[in-house]
Amino acid sequence: MTTGRIVGASVPRKEGRDKLTGKAQYVDDMQLPGMLYGATVRSRIPRGKIKKITFGPGIAWDEFTVVSAKDIPGKNCIALIVDDQSCLADGIVNHQEEPILLLAHADRHALPKAVDSIAIEYDPLPAIFTIEESESQSQIIWGTDNTFKTYLVEKGDVDGIWERADHIVEGEYTTGAQEQLYIENNGMIAAFDPQHGVTVWGSLQCPFYIHKALMSLCNLPADKVRVVQMETGGAFGGKEEYPSIIAGHAALLAIKSGCPVKIIYDRMEDMAATTKRHPSRTRHRTAVTKDGKILGGEIEFTIDGGAYTTLSPVVVSRGAIHAGGPYYRPNVRIRARAMATNAPPHGAFRGFGAPQSLFAVERHMNRIAQTVGLTPVEIRQRNFLKPGQTTTTEQAIRENIDLEKLLDRALQLSDYHSMKKRFAGENATGPAKKGIGIAAFLHGAGFTGSGERNLGSVVEVEACADGSVRVLVSSTEFGQGTKTVLCQIVAETLRIGYEDVTIAQADTDDVPNSGPTVASRTVMVVGKLVQSAALGIKQTLTAAGVIRPAYSAQEFRAACRAYVAAHGALRSSARFEAPSDVFWDDEKYRGEAYAAFAWAVYIAAVTVDMTTYSVSVDDFLALQEVGKVLHPVLARGQIAGGVAQAIGYTLYEKVVWQNGRMQNSQMTNYIMPTSVDLPPMRVFFEEMGNIHGAFGAKGIGELPMDGPAPAILNAVEDALQVSFDSIPLLPEDIYEKLASEAVVETEFR
Amino acid sequence: MVQYAAGKLPARKLVSVWNLPELRRIETFPDEIRIGAGCTYTDLRQNAIIRREFQLLANAAGWTGGIANQNRGTLGGNIANASPAADSLPALLAYEAELVLVSVRGERRVPYVNFHTAYKKTKHAADELIRAVCLRRRFLDYFCYSRKVGARRAQAISKVCVAALGRLKGPIVQDLRVAVGSVAPVPLRLVETELVVKGKAIDQALLSVAGRTATAEISPIDDIRSTMRYRAKVTGNLVAEFLQKLAASAKNE
Amino acid sequence: MKAANSSRSKSEISFIVNGDRKTMRVHPMERLLDVLRQELGLTGAKEGCGEGECGSCSVLLDGILVNSCLIPVLQAKDSVILTIEGLAGIAELNCLQEAFLECGGAQCGICTPGMILAASYLLQHKPQATMEDIREGLSGNLCRCTGYSQIFEAVAEASRRKATA
Repeated sequence: MTTGRIVGASVPRKEGRDKLTGKAQYVDDMQLPGMLYGATVRSRIPRGKIKKITFGPGIAWDEFTVVSAKDIPGKNCIALIVDDQSCLADGIVNHQEEPILLLAHADRHALPKAVDSIAIEYDPLPAIFTIEESESQSQIIWGTDNTFKTYLVEKGDVDGIWERADHIVEGEYTTGAQEQLYIENNGMIAAFDPQHGVTVWGSLQCPFYIHKALMSLCNLPADKVRVVQMETGGAFGGKEEYPSIIAGHAALLAIKSGCPVKIIYDRMEDMAATTKRHPSRTRHRTAVTKDGKILGGEIEFTIDGGAYTTLSPVVVSRGAIHAGGPYYRPNVRIRARAMATNAPPHGAFRGFGAPQSLFAVERHMNRIAQTVGLTPVEIRQRNFLKPGQTTTTEQAIRENIDLEKLLDRALQLSDYHSMKKRFAGENATGPAKKGIGIAAFLHGAGFTGSGERNLGSVVEVEACADGSVRVLVSSTEFGQGTKTVLCQIVAETLRIGYEDVTIAQADTDDVPNSGPTVASRTVMVVGKLVQSAALGIKQTLTAAGVIRPAYSAQEFRAACRAYVAAHGALRSSARFEAPSDVFWDDEKYRGEAYAAFAWAVYIAAVTVDMTTYSVSVDDFLALQEVGKVLHPVLARGQIAGGVAQAIGYTLYEKVVWQNGRMQNSQMTNYIMPTSVDLPPMRVFFEEMGNIHGAFGAKGIGELPMDGPAPAILNAVEDALQVSFDSIPLLPEDIYEKLASEAVVETEFR
Repeated sequence: MVQYAAGKLPARKLVSVWNLPELRRIETFPDEIRIGAGCTYTDLRQNAIIRREFQLLANAAGWTGGIANQNRGTLGGNIANASPAADSLPALLAYEAELVLVSVRGERRVPYVNFHTAYKKTKHAADELIRAVCLRRRFLDYFCYSRKVGARRAQAISKVCVAALGRLKGPIVQDLRVAVGSVAPVPLRLVETELVVKGKAIDQALLSVAGRTATAEISPIDDIRSTMRYRAKVTGNLVAEFLQKLAASAKNE
Repeated sequence: MKAANSSRSKSEISFIVNGDRKTMRVHPMERLLDVLRQELGLTGAKEGCGEGECGSCSVLLDGILVNSCLIPVLQAKDSVILTIEGLAGIAELNCLQEAFLECGGAQCGICTPGMILAASYLLQHKPQATMEDIREGLSGNLCRCTGYSQIFEAVAEASRRKATA
């Protein structure tokens, strides 16, 4: 493991000053001359045929640009994985809030009334809203069986384990939708001219996803589409695929009107129309010996994908691979399915399927412990994966990971045993019930299986005429610290100052395709590429004889200046190449699913108020192994922020659906935690050593989303001695369960 | 403003009453205080007399929104908006507030207790302005209990909120007032519950009767924020909690 | 998208923002937020929710912390307004901003201007703010990135530095 001057130090965030002084430019801060404002006319039913569209009276329609599916120059779809999602509905709608028409006008105040005065008549079709309705196939709404994707993971001989089992433990666990709730709403500006084609500026994660979607939608070649990321006010996956739709809409309006067009969603539109975390259902059936060893079992993992495929096949894949948790299962069969419903498509959100299936397995471990008569600590200790053992996809653990040690340290740091004892005593008499719960988990970094190989990401590093060094990647900054950490890696690699390294704005005209900014892959995968591209610069300068092997930062700057003056621009690029010894079988879903896993043990202490049945998290301990921590402040920020978002997922954030439409699409009634709702967060890192990413770093961003939900529900179980297997867990749910189990008497205390 | 900006209020002439000095005063008299309807929650929280003698109101002011909302939201606005979930209204019921209404026809003083007639409906005439809220200064020796149950600890619209006052003589409840929000079309004083408790000593049986009576007296609904069953049960729990604390307050003295 | 009155009768309104007097003709029910952003190009105040829930549009109006999305501009007439752009000099950061930068108080940055103004208002009234004061003082400013803990650290750090400065 390398300990560097810059890597491992908490240098100031690259774009920090601009953000602190209000100078940072987000898309809604940008104006173009002659710009129009765009708005979207959306479906108000979950499924049906469009019969008639009437433009109401009292509106000067000749002042508006109106775009319908007929105006699309290319293919009417959002190019992603499967071409089943229209950019604008053409004759049929399959979910509430599906875009049908687009309007643009110079006065943004003129738009809401115009949108409201368009009457759309439908022939409604029956709609379905749950996984169970979709499975029953009472209505076929997608394909032949409502199924977007299935996976089967098989290891060993599951059918042979049941008769050897001392216990067979079954459980069903469900999770709800969750809104990403980035504080900056989605937005895009598009401009078009025949010579340069379409340019869009926006709030986004993945410039080249949008680039690809616009080429197909607008029927333009690659060099006539340009995507520029503006400062992006939070994303969390919510700006992974949906921005392609908004960019497409803005581009269509710009092409038709001949003017630049800005579309900024307000909060209600953003919450009601854009993607959320997939609701899920996981069923476990596990064979266990009397001393608590897992022999194996079956796991069925099903997600509600909403009305179109979007990213659901990938989400269900990641959820399936994580469904076994950090435990050794000699025999396992995992069936995973993404089902269609008439909800707006669910999409990417930090964790990407893993929070759902890990919630299930970590609740199930507690259920197994109870059945066998072990503690939650013992059941985990007896089944943890060890180096040399294999995961459910038969990926051998080659990292030097010691989960028992990780758990021991977490127990010590949280004072678990004495708290547990104290709570048991206090709960006997007090009006509030306290409990403590554990979750142990893992998160695979980077794309799954052959994903990184297929992406073939490219990065560039440039020596500039002023002597500085510039990083060129399509990896985007939306709060995580991408810009800072990639610059740190280059500065460390070249032994120059952090301030000597800059990073280009993510503009598809300037930067190579380093892949999407998702899947905890940026530091580990892109960072490693940036490191090798930086070395290329040094090699070129050395070969040209402008630097000596031992050089100062000042000499390096001089060398860059000299080289560029003599030879012109110097760019060094690096392309991802999969190691030859990595095996992955896409058919059988077997092999090296991820280049590395991050590992963690989280411990939550809670109080359940028996007057209001509300749960408060009193203390939260997050201990993780993420390889080398390149920037301690940013890393802690990722963990604390992820834990907060996950506490919201667990205890506060419920999407209230009615007829397939979100009813609480406002910040006042979709409840995310405020500054007074969160516990002190104690974040610790363990560095057990790994060889994967730049300077030994692994992915970190999604990990903290996985553990809090099961840790908290395990703590609630400890407090009340009643099990809850569904999130979000609201006070109303606790009351109903306690009442039904007669824990709460109908009398008042 | 939110409704207006979203185009949901019909365009019509509006008059700004923000920051009129006449509405922004808290006047103190020997037997009452008159709180100008334009006083903000921050004004209420910072006023020494309100903090000492009308704790329920000071607490409620601190529940409302965040600091920026408390700097702008007014007591008069809260009354006129007439939401059954308004945080400060149960306190006004418990203190048996009176309102001063003003119009070109002159001033009139009305008891607050029946001011809200139905969901979002009040007794004030179209040409009337709420000028002030008057509170009698006779609650210093009462035990105060207030609690808001919201979906989170700040910036929440309540699922249930309670403001209650009680006074014991020996073990006997000599006087009490219990008011609740979010569990009926209007903020509600629990008159029946008060009756069954008044004149009795607080014991386990009384807690049960009081909780049951409270539950029967309210008419909560299922909505986007909570359920009828939850609100009913928690209202009863809160009434019981109030009485327990009231009983304990005697022991502490 | 926010619609105000479509028959947009405008009046002249004047106030001082970040030390400069500004006079403009706007509809009196225009939101202060929109006037700052669109008329004056002060885009540091952000719209997160449009209903006074998230605090991203916080500014100081006559020294008082407010949500500018809830203020009809007529109520800002003749007032003194401070936005994030006016908080520090052009080149340097103030004590709070420095502490935010060091402690990781800003991630995506969209809540940051409002958060800093709320923190600044808090420390002005409670220079020795306790953790409880900080939590309460910032409870109207939602942050989705940080889980608030590094924001608390930054505010506490700024408070310490001011005390010893």
